[in-house]
Amino acid sequence: MIAALEARVELRDLYDRFRDPKAIRALAKEIEREAQKLSKPINIMEVCGGHTHTIMKYGLLQLLPENIRFIHGPGCPVCIMPKERIDHAYILAMQDDVILCTLGDMIKVPGSRGSLQDARSRGADVRFVYSPLDVLKIARENPNKKVIFFAIGFETTTPMTAALLQKAIEEGMENLLLHINHVTVPEVMRELIDSRDEHIDSYNNQIDAFLGPSHVSVIAGSKIYEEFPARYGRPVVVAGFEPVDVMEGVLMLVRQFAEGRCEVEVQYRRSVTREGNKKAQELIDRYFVKRELFKWRGLGNIPKSAWRLREEFSAYDAERIYTLPKEEIEDHKLCICGDILRGMAKPTECQVFGTACTPAKPLGSCMVSSEGACAAYYKYGNLLKEVE
Amino acid sequence: MCLSIPSRVVSIDKDKCTAIVDTLGVKREVGIDFIVDEVKEGDFVLIHIGYAMNIIDEEYAKESIALYQEIIEKMEEEERQRIIEESDSCPGGEGGA
Amino acid sequence: MNKTITLAMGNGGVENSELIQKVIYRHLGNDILAKAEDATPLGALQNLCFTTDSFTVTPLFFKGGDIGKLSVAGACNDLAMMGAKPKFLSLSFIIEEGFGLREFEKILRSIKKELTLNEAKVVTGDTKVVPRGSCDGLYINMSAIGERVADMSQNRIQKGDVLLLSGDMARHGAAIFAAREGIELENEIESDCKSLWPVVEELLGNLTPRAMRDATRGGVAAVLNEWAMATNLCMEIQEQNCSVDESVQGICEILGFEPFMLANEGTFVMAVAPKDADVALEILRRHNDKAAIIGRISDSYPGRVVLKSSWGTRRFLDMPSGEILPRIC
Repeated sequence: MIAALEARVELRDLYDRFRDPKAIRALAKEIEREAQKLSKPINIMEVCGGHTHTIMKYGLLQLLPENIRFIHGPGCPVCIMPKERIDHAYILAMQDDVILCTLGDMIKVPGSRGSLQDARSRGADVRFVYSPLDVLKIARENPNKKVIFFAIGFETTTPMTAALLQKAIEEGMENLLLHINHVTVPEVMRELIDSRDEHIDSYNNQIDAFLGPSHVSVIAGSKIYEEFPARYGRPVVVAGFEPVDVMEGVLMLVRQFAEGRCEVEVQYRRSVTREGNKKAQELIDRYFVKRELFKWRGLGNIPKSAWRLREEFSAYDAERIYTLPKEEIEDHKLCICGDILRGMAKPTECQVFGTACTPAKPLGSCMVSSEGACAAYYKYGNLLKEVE
Repeated sequence: MCLSIPSRVVSIDKDKCTAIVDTLGVKREVGIDFIVDEVKEGDFVLIHIGYAMNIIDEEYAKESIALYQEIIEKMEEEERQRIIEESDSCPGGEGGA
Repeated sequence: MNKTITLAMGNGGVENSELIQKVIYRHLGNDILAKAEDATPLGALQNLCFTTDSFTVTPLFFKGGDIGKLSVAGACNDLAMMGAKPKFLSLSFIIEEGFGLREFEKILRSIKKELTLNEAKVVTGDTKVVPRGSCDGLYINMSAIGERVADMSQNRIQKGDVLLLSGDMARHGAAIFAAREGIELENEIESDCKSLWPVVEELLGNLTPRAMRDATRGGVAAVLNEWAMATNLCMEIQEQNCSVDESVQGICEILGFEPFMLANEGTFVMAVAPKDADVALEILRRHNDKAAIIGRISDSYPGRVVLKSSWGTRRFLDMPSGEILPRIC
């Protein structure tokens, strides 16, 4: 033990030790032991799509006892993007002098006119980027075009968009615009357990605890979850996204229940502090302000759950510069992404899961994005319950 | 939107506000706007969409690793015990075939 | 001659003739080509196997090969995987106006080298030149004929058979992505692009495998799923036995890719009867020390591929679909 503490950590260790099969099994045993002390089953919501992905990819559900269950949360910025805003992106992309840039999965999600991928095959200049910094490069190289960054993501990604804007302003760039769709986690967590909508009355009983997102918390700090034990009696453990992290996070939650505690704990101590990254928070605050309401697909309008650019930066706001439709669009009749996002249904309960709705031809966002509950289920097939 | 990768800082350019990081043999340039005052060469950082978000606390990482080692050893000890008990309770009594 | 390829060189006239005789034939000429007219008589051949492949890879030159090597290896490997010894190939170029002659000759040299490895010849071909911007530098189509010396087919795969992988996965896909994205690598990833007839010939001399398939587009996941669906059996794979090089893993981590889904161009999956597994592995290891037994075939989940982790959990490995987009989360 002393030897382990004295030796330097290698980069490989930050991957391997948190994916160690033995540690996964050992933690599973501990969880099983602690779970025997529970008086009733507990439903844990993992808020973040990254956690859903880890749980599915590593088959962690197969290692947990029957009385510990997961509800897959809405932690996927692509999943919750309303169709009408995808249409915005489509319309912007189809302008002759526009280059539309966005991150990864976003280009596959269909709006009512098609996806950005469709727009591209119809002649639009749509590019996916690995980083907002790539957008700067594209804007520099194409001074005669309007380069619009369709910005998506939670608190993790928001500061990067802010940094992009800051650099653009510093360089006096005039052809860069932003369409901001950044959303926040605590507001949607609150909405899920304290919804004002009378149609969702059964929901309060579903979630017993939260597994908090890893990297949202790196930026915003674990302090953002303190209202959940305090006001709602739901413990929160902020866990990293490797399988050992998730298992340890689950163990910590189970122990809280077994010992009658209810608090915010941080499993992911190597990267999460209570305060988070102050610089990133300041940067967000300098350029963004909260919207009054923002519609989340399947969840309706949630107050103060999204950002827009501050007034003084209107010159960079694609929503101000262009006239974009304001009408709301209903989801496909058979799509129950809304219920799935609320944790009221599992993907396998959807009539069209795996048949009319597949990753190749998705009807709803939960299937498009690899972070969506349905895509994760489809890919990793949580149909296998037995463990060797 | 969480995918963030641990990497090691190889060199820092304070003027450009960037650093070169190494991720399992892949070297890339990333923005360090959010950690520019504290970051040093050799630090471990988490990279998200082209930016370093934070500096990974090595002490906590080591503590976690040590903790996992402990519970692994506990599990292996229990398994050894179980095997011994099973062979003890076996009629004819010779330990394990 | 010009230093670049011009439109005239694709027109069938003097310039075209010069290109063929002075450049292409200089590298690839052989006795059969010398006699070629509109078509090439080949005489009687037994047990023919025929395949075709088009190559549009970008970039054209990458670590471990180029489009020339890739096209010969690709077409000949298709034959090898069916137990056919490559013999004759057709070679068609579609070249973008302005393409550098020096690069073109580099490609021809690669083609020649690979043909020699396969003991095969180009016996007919075509060259077209298209206006600037109409294609991405250069495209190649190769069709290949081989003589079947062993009867291998997915239809011969049976329950209980053993699955082997000839090397580590995803090199080619990772190398191409890295090159395309300009990702600087400390230990540059080399594509596994390789002609497989030599190892196949050795295998066939010692056993009769049930089936082989190289894991090109769609990676190992595609091959296993195709076999699972064709045989209606279950491919049960031990995940940790499928080797991935550290740099390849690095690229996959960063870009959010699954190594099982990325292309290989010289790595193949093989199914053998249980009694042949050890011999097969020994031969494979002589050519690549990362070769391994990766699983076996059962009937537990017909038509599916199951990945088993080393901590006792299982998941399905699905057919890759859609454009490969990097995962953000």
